[in-house]
Amino acid sequence: MNPWLIVLIKSAVLLLVVITSFAYAMLAERKVMGWMQMRPGPNRVGPWGLLQPAVDAVKLIMKEDLTPNTADPLIYRLAPFISLVTAFSVYAVIPFSEPAPGNLWAIGNVNAGILFVLALTSIGVYGISLGGWASGSKYPLLGSVRATAQMISYELSMSMSLIGVLILAGTTSLAGIVDAQHRLWFVIPQFVGFAVYLITAVAETNRAPFDLVEADAELVGGFNTEYSGLRFGLFFIAEYINMLTVSCIATLLFLGGWSPVAGLSIIPGVAWFVAKVALFMFVYVWLRSTFPRIRYDRLMAFGWKVLLPIAMLNLVVTAIVVAFTG
Amino acid sequence: MILFWGLAIVLIGSAVWVVAAKKPVHSVVGLLLHFAALAILYLSLSAEFLAVVQIIVYSGAILVLFLFVIALLSSGVAPFSMGPNRMPKAAVPAAILALIALGLLVYGVSRGVPAHPVPIAAAAPAGPVGAPGVFGSVADFGRALFTTNLLPFEITAFILMVAVVGVVLLAGEAVPYVPSRKRARRAEREMREAALRGGERQ
Amino acid sequence: MAPSRKRLFNVIALAKGLAVTFSFMFRKKPTIQYPSVKKQHAPRFHGLHELRRYGDGKERCIGCELCSSACPANAITVVGAENAPADRRSPGERYAARYEIDELRCIFCGMCEEACPTDAIVLTPRFEMADYRRGAFIYAKDRLLVPPEAGLGRPPDERPGGIPEDLGRVADIKSTMDIATGYSATKRGEILKTQRKGLAG
Repeated sequence: MNPWLIVLIKSAVLLLVVITSFAYAMLAERKVMGWMQMRPGPNRVGPWGLLQPAVDAVKLIMKEDLTPNTADPLIYRLAPFISLVTAFSVYAVIPFSEPAPGNLWAIGNVNAGILFVLALTSIGVYGISLGGWASGSKYPLLGSVRATAQMISYELSMSMSLIGVLILAGTTSLAGIVDAQHRLWFVIPQFVGFAVYLITAVAETNRAPFDLVEADAELVGGFNTEYSGLRFGLFFIAEYINMLTVSCIATLLFLGGWSPVAGLSIIPGVAWFVAKVALFMFVYVWLRSTFPRIRYDRLMAFGWKVLLPIAMLNLVVTAIVVAFTG
Repeated sequence: MILFWGLAIVLIGSAVWVVAAKKPVHSVVGLLLHFAALAILYLSLSAEFLAVVQIIVYSGAILVLFLFVIALLSSGVAPFSMGPNRMPKAAVPAAILALIALGLLVYGVSRGVPAHPVPIAAAAPAGPVGAPGVFGSVADFGRALFTTNLLPFEITAFILMVAVVGVVLLAGEAVPYVPSRKRARRAEREMREAALRGGERQ
Repeated sequence: MAPSRKRLFNVIALAKGLAVTFSFMFRKKPTIQYPSVKKQHAPRFHGLHELRRYGDGKERCIGCELCSSACPANAITVVGAENAPADRRSPGERYAARYEIDELRCIFCGMCEEACPTDAIVLTPRFEMADYRRGAFIYAKDRLLVPPEAGLGRPPDERPGGIPEDLGRVADIKSTMDIATGYSATKRGEILKTQRKGLAG
């Protein structure tokens, strides 16, 4: 079969899978957060509210699409697409299970896989900061300025925390990193890196308690204050897909990807992968319903004065250990 | 080949947009497009690592800082629309210099082009692009950077360090250097007291 | 600086917080699934008004307009009229020709109920009055008056066990505000304690 056709089909299937998992990640978040707040969560549409995402999508599409008079029309329209496209394209390189002959379990096995992911997530900032700027309104601008500063600060620590894993694995290919964990998941030798990654991932995706970019209490809605209807929906989708992305990365780099727990290899690798990603998504929701939003100066100080030195130290120690033990 | 020409058009178009755009933020978007197209061009030359680093460093960090500064300082104000155009005087020497640079570039390229052009390895999306040992892979890039080109690498690092120190010196607060915490606290207290005395005098 | 730095590294506190939210996930949810399950309100809940009738089907309202003047929100309009001897609507001389309550203005305080000399107007626990039109919130006699076949309406003091005997005792202690010293939280606590004791005993 034509390789291009295979890639096309794979992309279409993946798009569908990612969109569906976004929809149900959102529903799961509302459910779990509801339970933590002693509420049942959405349960009106369909059994246990399972059709809620569909209804929400219809609602967002039906809403009026507003563009403020003061907005910069071109960039205002462009920004949500930047967010969404970068969020989606990361999945081109993420392997979901053991690559088998004839079935890669990924669209492309790029050698610099993890770098590719980092590159695309770093472009994702543009959606938010351009969207906030283009709205031509003060709160979105403040939100976007915060987004830029926050994401630059935390991206640094994030990359640093990942390099430890790369040193241990000796490769930048995502599949190679998972293979390198067949004996021991990197979460154990790289526990510090894992902790730093977990924190920075929450900050990177602008989720509570680091959601200063949206900060409903002080900035109305942050960068997406002026957005409505489908354009808001696109930002919304991008946020959740980014959450899924960082969960996938954490799974691949620290929790051994598709490798089974306790030798239960009857269950296929994809299922293990999905279960581990779901675990991280749960942690996201758990954090959101537990911690209040951190103050902005604290956020920056924490990023630069605490996380970065810890990540750096972790990197140096890992490098020394690997250099002397082989 | 189609990819190359398409990218070339995108590259030149976005570069023109960067210069011609009325709003600075539009220039940033143009530059972003430019960087992205450039990264794809690198990828088509199987310089995978370079492409990714291009995006991480330039688009992901430097350009974001540009955007940060532009959005923060001059939201919506086009700098050249505020006064009379000061460009015409500079236009002639700039054009001459640009022509000379272009001539040098054309000369250099026409001399340096190999007899057999490197095939564009873009049509290989599935399967590893640049496995270890292949030109442009991460491992090769790293080996080249840290062995044969170690000295330039270290010199670049040193220059960047100098720049960082310079920025800190220029932008940092003019606080006298105090080696110990105790003395720092004392200095702070003295400053506060001095400020208080100043307040009383008024 | 020192205490704030200590707090910054207090990971145990974070873990405690996470444990709390996690344990709450399995608590019983107090949610009432509203449209399908409705809350049983207190017997004397102040909801939608009702105009009652006597046993013989005559209206209790005599059109005296006391409710209207007692209403702090000016929500009640009453226009009285003389009873025609042939067709007596109420036992008194007069009856309410028009009786309208603007439920959007009403604050459901129950002053009309207290003012009414014939116990004609009462507040029922009905609370679902939502509508899309503003005009629909002006309730006239056609909706307020109990239909003749539906009985007499609900007496105002209907409450299981009647009025508690100690109501007056509790009401003796009225204010938690001492004019000389101002508001006192301790005093309020004491009062609440006596009230609780009074109600229990």
